[in-house]
Amino acid sequence: MTVVVALALTLVLLAGAAVVLTHEPSRQAITLSVFGLALSVLFLVLQAPDVALSQLAVGTVVVPLVVMLTVSKVRGGR
Amino acid sequence: MNRTVRIWLFAIGALAIGTCLVIAFVGMPSFGSTFHPYRDMAIRAAVHHATANAVGSVNFDQRSLDTLGEEIILLASVVGVAALLRPAGDERESGPSPHARVLEPTRLLGYVMLPLVLVIGADVVTHGHVTPGGGFQGGVVVASGVHLLYVAGSYRALERLRPIPLFEAGEALGAAAFACIGIVGVVSASAFLLNTIGQGSFGGLFSAGTIPLLNGAVGLEVASGIIVLIAKFLDQAILLGGRGP
Repeated sequence: MTVVVALALTLVLLAGAAVVLTHEPSRQAITLSVFGLALSVLFLVLQAPDVALSQLAVGTVVVPLVVMLTVSKVRGGR
Repeated sequence: MNRTVRIWLFAIGALAIGTCLVIAFVGMPSFGSTFHPYRDMAIRAAVHHATANAVGSVNFDQRSLDTLGEEIILLASVVGVAALLRPAGDERESGPSPHARVLEPTRLLGYVMLPLVLVIGADVVTHGHVTPGGGFQGGVVVASGVHLLYVAGSYRALERLRPIPLFEAGEALGAAAFACIGIVGVVSASAFLLNTIGQGSFGGLFSAGTIPLLNGAVGLEVASGIIVLIAKFLDQAILLGGRGP
């Protein structure tokens, strides 16, 4: 169990670093989505399926989508 | 207040908070330990009201007033976004670009997943008191699933599927239904949001008293709210693409 938690935490660490190291905001929306997925895996491993579901829906889908739409708007169309 | 005084003020505050945090962290139970007094109390209360999902019991029974607060926060946020993102005077609707190309496999996957995601979302809402999930999670799944129609079909098809005034009403109705179920608790028993109606049998679809009803209200509110929220962003990004003349 400890190994799985350590693996999930490492995954979160790597995905978080990827978000920070991505400079282009529209690409960052994608890495943010991967980070959200890693977080939901961690919550699932820590036996919090309710939180994992919320994280999966909000952090992996809705937030990156809103970021992408905002980036597209700020740049003035596609 | 000059710079030196500000730095001293910050240093005193930071030292006090830092000391408190260190004391708190040192006294915390170790990671993964079996000492969980709140878990034991919450699960006892959940089983007492025939609720299989203890997290659902905490959210919609033991601390349902907090959830009502969260629903109102979500409602206020969506209203705020809608007010901020209304088309400004110098913006004109250009309509979606007719040349938007979608790969055929993406289109197929979108059409296959659309009904599946909607059913999964409805399942997560209706079984929130039995299995992990609930109104919030299921509502977000339904709301994001609806937008698969934009990925697979077109923006016009999405607009026909989700008439915005209907979902604006749905959001308000969901929030109002939550408060009304709370008032039933006042009228029929003694306290706001008290879980009083028949509890049913543990683990059944019709169990846990008011929790499935509250889940339904929250599901309606969250699904409608997120759909309205994304619609406002989509309108800005797609219909009002340019910054106007």
